[in-house]
Amino acid sequence: MNYQSNAQGKGPGITEHRRIRRRSYLIGLFYAVILTLASFWASSTDLIYAPGVPILLAVLAIAQMGVHLVFFLHISSAPDQTNNFLALAFGIFIVGLVVFGSMMIMANLNHAMMPMDQLMQMQR
Amino acid sequence: MLGKLTWAAIPFDQPIVMGTVAVIGLVGVVILGLVTVKGWWAYLWGEWITSVDHKRIGVMYVLLALVMLVRGFADAIMMRSQLALAAGGAQGYLPPEHYDQIFSAHGTIMIFFVAMPFVVGLMNFVVPLQLGVRDVAFPVLNNVSFWLTAAGVLLVNVSLFVGEFARTGWLAYPPLSEIAYSPGVGVDYYLWSLQISGIGTLLSGINLTTTILKLRAPGMGYMRMPIFCWTALASNLLIVAAFPVMTATFAMLLLDRYCGFHFFTNDAGGNPMMYVNLIWIWGHPEVYILILPAFGVFSEVVASFSGKPLFGYRSMVMATMAICVLSFLVWLHHFFTMGAGADVNAFFGIMTMIIAVPTGVKVFNWLFTLYGGRIRFAVPMYWTLGFMVTFVIGGMTGVLMAIPPADFVLHNSLFLIAHFHNTAIGGVLFGAMAGYNYWFPKAFGFKLDERLGKASFWCWFIGFYLAFMPLYALGLMGATRRMQHYPDIHWQPLMLVALSGAVLILFGIGLTVAQLAVSIRTRERRRDLTGDPWNGRTLEWSTSSPPPAWNFARVPLVESTDAYWASKQHKHEQLGEVPSVPVVLPRNTPIGIFLAFFAVVLGFALIWHIWWMALAGLAGCLVVGLFHAWRTDTETVVSAEQVAAIHGASAAGEAAV
Amino acid sequence: MNVMTETAAAAKTIPLSMRGPAPVQAVVGYGFWLFLLSDIIIFSALFAAYAVLSGETDGGPSGAALFDKTHVFYETACLLASSVTCGFATLAVQQRSMLTAFPWMTATLVLGAVFLCLERAEFAHMLATGNGPARSAFLSAFFTLVGAHGLHVAVGLFWLVIMVLQIATLGLRPMVRRRFFCFSLFWHALDIVWIGVFTIVYLGAR
Repeated sequence: MNYQSNAQGKGPGITEHRRIRRRSYLIGLFYAVILTLASFWASSTDLIYAPGVPILLAVLAIAQMGVHLVFFLHISSAPDQTNNFLALAFGIFIVGLVVFGSMMIMANLNHAMMPMDQLMQMQR
Repeated sequence: MLGKLTWAAIPFDQPIVMGTVAVIGLVGVVILGLVTVKGWWAYLWGEWITSVDHKRIGVMYVLLALVMLVRGFADAIMMRSQLALAAGGAQGYLPPEHYDQIFSAHGTIMIFFVAMPFVVGLMNFVVPLQLGVRDVAFPVLNNVSFWLTAAGVLLVNVSLFVGEFARTGWLAYPPLSEIAYSPGVGVDYYLWSLQISGIGTLLSGINLTTTILKLRAPGMGYMRMPIFCWTALASNLLIVAAFPVMTATFAMLLLDRYCGFHFFTNDAGGNPMMYVNLIWIWGHPEVYILILPAFGVFSEVVASFSGKPLFGYRSMVMATMAICVLSFLVWLHHFFTMGAGADVNAFFGIMTMIIAVPTGVKVFNWLFTLYGGRIRFAVPMYWTLGFMVTFVIGGMTGVLMAIPPADFVLHNSLFLIAHFHNTAIGGVLFGAMAGYNYWFPKAFGFKLDERLGKASFWCWFIGFYLAFMPLYALGLMGATRRMQHYPDIHWQPLMLVALSGAVLILFGIGLTVAQLAVSIRTRERRRDLTGDPWNGRTLEWSTSSPPPAWNFARVPLVESTDAYWASKQHKHEQLGEVPSVPVVLPRNTPIGIFLAFFAVVLGFALIWHIWWMALAGLAGCLVVGLFHAWRTDTETVVSAEQVAAIHGASAAGEAAV
Repeated sequence: MNVMTETAAAAKTIPLSMRGPAPVQAVVGYGFWLFLLSDIIIFSALFAAYAVLSGETDGGPSGAALFDKTHVFYETACLLASSVTCGFATLAVQQRSMLTAFPWMTATLVLGAVFLCLERAEFAHMLATGNGPARSAFLSAFFTLVGAHGLHVAVGLFWLVIMVLQIATLGLRPMVRRRFFCFSLFWHALDIVWIGVFTIVYLGAR
């Protein structure tokens, strides 16, 4: 029965049309190159407000990860990609929790557990 | 040549250990001899060891768990008797360096090699049957997962008589677990055995998640899945999300120990607190990985034995998925006292209290399912009712400790011990025993003896309260965990009561073994000929007991929740006409046990620093993998006539009842 | 239990989640996708450790002093290019064309090997100048995070060689094609992790 071919949605990374796929990789490459060049430039230039550079780098990195996911891995919000998308969202949630949760907690702990003389030095 | 391994590694001077090893050796020789004499090797190899059938693998997991329950419980009885003796100035019979290994082994074995295999085994056996499909998504991977878990079990048990085990507690906190303070092989045994079995568990998590999300019978949308499958989904999602953190954290500790890295050392900038943070990011979801399938079992049992559909299916699903997400937002409550500020502690304290709410929703749903039903008090129902009382108490003490100031008094006291045993035994173990009794007839074709089952339950139930209620009191009086002796002789009467509880639980375990033995001997009296011994509601009861390898000859078409109950109400047509469709089954494979063998070689070599042997083990694993990569005859076909014959035979059995 | 008797028209209105078991390709792809996400969570724990320990140099040089951004740029270029060549190899495999698949797979292999050589040179230089992983917590975290990524790349290249051999000996049968799709997912995911690495570790170094 051919309606089963879409049963439970498609696996990631597979789409049908050859020309769309080839174009997809080339467009992805184009965006990725631009974003990479922008990142490297941003980290070594004086033209950008210095405290803003980390945020810009983060945005560029996230954008490039998105480019990879969409143009190379063909993840989308199409109904037959729902499982893949939800799994990705769950993964991003966990990654964010592990990285930012750990950073915040460890910063909090390090500050609270700082030896008294260091703490007093910081107050001066 | 042999790294750190010498004859001194074998503890010839410790009579308890040598005696245990002698007994294990004797039992092993007897069993192996029996199997050889009776010529059972071919059957065991072909039907069990190399099997890729989820039902066989599930049974093997549960068997592994039950055997390791005895090992872990031996540690428990030793701890209880030591504490009953070592009051005031007395030292008991276990010196500290042994006692430390015993409580570390007890925790490690009970969590990783009893509770995990038990729930994974139940999920393995039941989920494909409940989903109406033939097997899990990756049957060969399933076999590999089981044998990697068994490899971990083997390594932990080898540590008993070759070398030593960790003395760090079941989570091996640095800096004690660093090479400077634990220079022996104990922590390495712990780390490598858990890394190996951790890979097995992760693969199993991927397997079952994919099965539930991608392989269901036609018509079975998400809201028609049995609740056990929902809890299995949540549990396996947690496995996929949490176990990698454990793997990474243990890898970092291994790098510290083997290569002199400084992740968690006291010097060169290392941060031991970070280990505690990372390991509990895994550790808290882990306990939900264990309890969620147990909740699923109770949902199934309560519905079946009340003769009513489960109350509040949608809210159960939402509560389950809420617990799944929330379980990742509470981990700091395991280290309130490590020094985080009040605001961070407050956040996690509040989140911990919030996570009690969906569990409460579940409890109310179970109670409302029971209300107005025609309750049958079979053994699974006893375990369920025992759970409802016991787990609620355990949950309440948990919410009590969720308040950081209270936790400052109670952290690492016997109150904490009592709390987590309350939830682990009252929740996970009671659920495992309920599931074991409930699905045993499906697996083996006959029910377990009821009287012995009930006796076992009562011993466990009363024994649990005797063993752990005193510990709540002792914790409030100031007794800490992991203590080998204590100064206050006024604590001793309570310790004696706790010992009596442990002894009663020992009887309970003995009665479970007796129940199995007696049930096998008298199985003809309790044969399940219909496949539906409990008048069940879900699809597994529509198959014969035990089901054929392919589970369902005709893929069922599902039209509602409780699919089998619905079809029984509509008086499903007789099995007269079986379509002549041949069934394609995956072939058995030995790569699981071969991979596990080389994993044990690799692990043992790494533990003892025998580098050439480690390389050999790694090469062996690679070779096994390559053999599997080129394996092309992966399937076997059962002809339509054979399928019809087997279903005809079971239909005749049903008709005769 | 009824035998399925849906008409084609009715079939189109059945939700995807009710159409029965998915075909093998979707099952394998999804399972491997979950595995990749679990691998990324391993990396997240390593990233967390790096973030926490990045300032713990124990008096030694910090990242800004040690890292050479030009070197990293070449590594990034290699990996990105290999991702695209891997994509074209995947297309060729999907079209059952061994003739176009082999060159693209070789290109991926070469670019990946160049990446590894560049990284090996960087590590060797740091070890030679006394800035190895046992020097400080920062360096332990650096070598573990970047080294874990490099180890994944090495395993990926080994897998690619195996895929070339599998295609040569077994042809482009469904099982081999499925495995190659899994390899390409793995390879693209490694490039995604590298974006995180070069941004946070190298470009973000203080």
